[in-house]
Amino acid sequence: MGIVVAWLVLWATLKGLDTLELGGADKTDFQLWLNSVRDTFDTARTNSFVFQHIVQPITDGVNGLVTSLQGIFSQASAGRPVPEIGWLGVVALLAWLALAFAGVRSMLLVGACVLLFGFFGYWAQSIDTLIVTFFAVGICTVVGLPLGIVMARSRRVSAAVSPVLDLMQTLPSFAYLAPLALIFGIGPAAAIVTTIIYSLPPLVRITEHGIRGVSPATLEAVTSMGSTPWQALVKVQLPMARRTIVVGINQCTMAALSMATIAALINGPGLGTPVLQALQSLDVGSAFVSGLAIVLMAIMLDRTTTRASERSGIEARIQRGSGAGRAGALRGPRLRRTSVVAGAVVAAVAIYLSHNYLALAKFPASPDLGTPLAKAVSAAADWTVGTFSGFTEWLKNTVTALLVDPLQSVLAQPPWWAMALVLLGIAFVLAGRRAVIVTIVCEAVILGTGLWNESMKTLATTLVAAFVVVFVAVCLGVWMGRSKPADSVIRPVLDAFQTIPSFVYLVPALALFGPTRFTAIVAAFAYGVPIATKLVADGIRGVSPVAVEAAESLGTTSWQMVAKVQLPMARAAVVLAANQGLLYVLSMVVVGGLVGGGGLGYLVVAGFSQSQLFGKGLAAGIAITALGVMLDRITQHAAARFGSTR
Amino acid sequence: MKKSLRGLAPKTRKRASAAIVLTAVLALTACAGDIPSATQPSGKSACGAFNVAVNPWVGYEADAYVVGTVAKEKLGCTVNYKTLKEEVSWQGFGSGEVDTVLENWGHPELADKYIKQQKTAVDAGPTGNTGVIGWYVPPWMAKQYPDITDSKNLNKYADLFKTSESGGQGQLLDGDPSFVTNDAALVKNLGLNFKVVYAGSEPALIQAFRQAEQSKTPLIGYFYEPQWFMAEVPLVKVNLPAYTPGCDADAAKVACDYPKYDLNKVVSTKFATSGSPAYSLVKEFTWTNQDQNTVAEYIAKDNMSPDTAAQKWIDANSDKVAVWLK
Repeated sequence: MGIVVAWLVLWATLKGLDTLELGGADKTDFQLWLNSVRDTFDTARTNSFVFQHIVQPITDGVNGLVTSLQGIFSQASAGRPVPEIGWLGVVALLAWLALAFAGVRSMLLVGACVLLFGFFGYWAQSIDTLIVTFFAVGICTVVGLPLGIVMARSRRVSAAVSPVLDLMQTLPSFAYLAPLALIFGIGPAAAIVTTIIYSLPPLVRITEHGIRGVSPATLEAVTSMGSTPWQALVKVQLPMARRTIVVGINQCTMAALSMATIAALINGPGLGTPVLQALQSLDVGSAFVSGLAIVLMAIMLDRTTTRASERSGIEARIQRGSGAGRAGALRGPRLRRTSVVAGAVVAAVAIYLSHNYLALAKFPASPDLGTPLAKAVSAAADWTVGTFSGFTEWLKNTVTALLVDPLQSVLAQPPWWAMALVLLGIAFVLAGRRAVIVTIVCEAVILGTGLWNESMKTLATTLVAAFVVVFVAVCLGVWMGRSKPADSVIRPVLDAFQTIPSFVYLVPALALFGPTRFTAIVAAFAYGVPIATKLVADGIRGVSPVAVEAAESLGTTSWQMVAKVQLPMARAAVVLAANQGLLYVLSMVVVGGLVGGGGLGYLVVAGFSQSQLFGKGLAAGIAITALGVMLDRITQHAAARFGSTR
Repeated sequence: MKKSLRGLAPKTRKRASAAIVLTAVLALTACAGDIPSATQPSGKSACGAFNVAVNPWVGYEADAYVVGTVAKEKLGCTVNYKTLKEEVSWQGFGSGEVDTVLENWGHPELADKYIKQQKTAVDAGPTGNTGVIGWYVPPWMAKQYPDITDSKNLNKYADLFKTSESGGQGQLLDGDPSFVTNDAALVKNLGLNFKVVYAGSEPALIQAFRQAEQSKTPLIGYFYEPQWFMAEVPLVKVNLPAYTPGCDADAAKVACDYPKYDLNKVVSTKFATSGSPAYSLVKEFTWTNQDQNTVAEYIAKDNMSPDTAAQKWIDANSDKVAVWLK
């Protein structure tokens, strides 16, 4: 409390002093230095040994592989106006794979989704996205699984790698896209590397968590029976952590898909290109349809891989199981094997036919679902804008005047040293001594980037957005946690908002709120709410039914139940939701910069667009990372403190 | 594939292998069917691959697809369109990943780095388009307040332009991060009671102007021509003190309008010396702002694909195309 008072007093007395404001075109030495590093590299790359003999072959290899896969599945290949395998063959092949690994229901889902990609009018782009995603996730798995295992076994490795993962996850990709294209060229290789940088961390983290979660008692029992560490890993830890690892691969896939639009900025093949193209002409409908294709792909991959892993888990158990269960269990598999073989034959025939006949090779232009859907969405967006723009104007002005402006002025107007001390104090009170150390380091980094003032402005919008996210997430999450029907209606909407590229809803958001900081907050809100709500809902559902029943028998009202029993008992989940909500909001700072959010986000965007601002953009990216790490550690330590002690 | 077979019973494994063999045989005998092998269009000389950077605005798309379509149809080139921001496009000249940038807006810093220093790029002449940058207001404002188009009168109207972002002053909406603007300096040096607010992207800027005209709300902002949006809402330019050569030499002291840009084409040095017929096409390619706006409108307003839009213009303007190919 004292800190807040001191803070306000400092703000009132020293307002406008030492705020470290930096003009639009001004650059600090550090930022100029980043520019010069880039330039040196640019001139040196053609003569460098490492570049010529290590990076270049990798780039060429990846590009060659992707291009040949495209020639087989999606794009006209040499000497042919169509790919080697036409649409019918691709549909049949993918459906067969789903059947073989995940079952009939997955086969139907995959078949329907893949056909929809075509009917939407994005056949080739969708298959390209599948190829790139497959490639990136494949590499992530090969690198990420062993890394996660090593991190689970050695605290030291974990401590060394963790900050790198933080950096990979929070440094906005806009900030390093141009230099990456300098290293890996323009095209699939650079796009895949960008995708990997962003999607590797969740896989590694979740794998580590899964392996570490295997009960030490089990492990001890196995080791005491004389098995080697390798045996313990392969026979016990990996099988027992299997479910978690699959979740990791799923998260990695979702992250990879969310990079589709960004990758299109450096000519990465796939669905990102139509999204960006539609954005250029403000075509909300087309942007939505291509975004919807990405959402469908996410759903398809998520459900299929989950089911495949569940099924192979059951199979493994049956194989290990006793003879008694066998007789009954075998009939199912036999039927399945027959259908898999039959499916293989059908797929082979389909591939053969689609290789040879134009009608089966080139996706038919009708029925065209994409155009009518795009028109309907555009009309709906126009109607919404026309109907609500008066209300949204009022909402924007009110929130800006009551929340954003005051917070921004108390954060950005005090002298930097005063604000730094205030932040340290808050970190100490909320999260204890360890968070203070991290906060000092992060503050030093932000100062070093020369963007203190912009960082504080960004912090203000981030905090407002995160506050709204947590508030809505708690309301929605409690409702979903208590009511199954509500859950089944809301959850798919949340899934969609989590996977649809934000570029799709930027134009309607702009139409409603204009290019303002509030629009940036809305975009961040749309992206942050789903994860936070799901975490709260899961937490509420996880409250022990015994406690709920006991409270019920005492005659508590449902309001009391939520406020006194369920929320307090799900406190850890709520704090985790706040933590994740905050980080998701922060990851939208750059997108916010595209719609008038200003602050660090705009600098990152400008740095990507203007060569002489590159260093400033990268510095802004680093500042965003520092803010992210600081907020993450403070909330995490606070969670550890308040989540356990009651 | 192998792994999944291992799990099966011996009998089914045999059957599965048979299926695979069958597939292979089918693939090998794949000679029937109605798919023609791609025919080489009749061209004067072998063109090969032609890599066109497509910078992210509709006017540029129009340039790229018109030149690309002509190269494909008339010269038999394999055209690769690469969607890239300006800076990344220039980077690609050195590695041969980009052959040409078809609409370059000045960018003295890039020209200095890649044309003068690295010598990986060369100028390939003007596109015939003139780029205008400046401050614009929606047409309804120019009608209602006729004297607003003179920057001297702007302070009178500053109150109109207040928004939640401008902190009590009038808002001057700046926008596209790709362009260097002197607007902050201009506002200061012209003594205007305005604050520069960054919209952050071209869509944000266009949407703001569209909204302002539709609902008759005040707005003043940075914009540029040629631009397809001008056909939808003909924005009116505000006159700043006229540009004279050198008046923008010191970025901090600028108090004059932006210069007019003669947009030009840039090609990679390799491409220029390759003898590709596509190079002479790029070099000869010129058209008017009107031409570009026509194609851009096909794309942005009529929702045509860039290919179709380009084809439509080419069919209607075969005389102009013929000149490029002479």
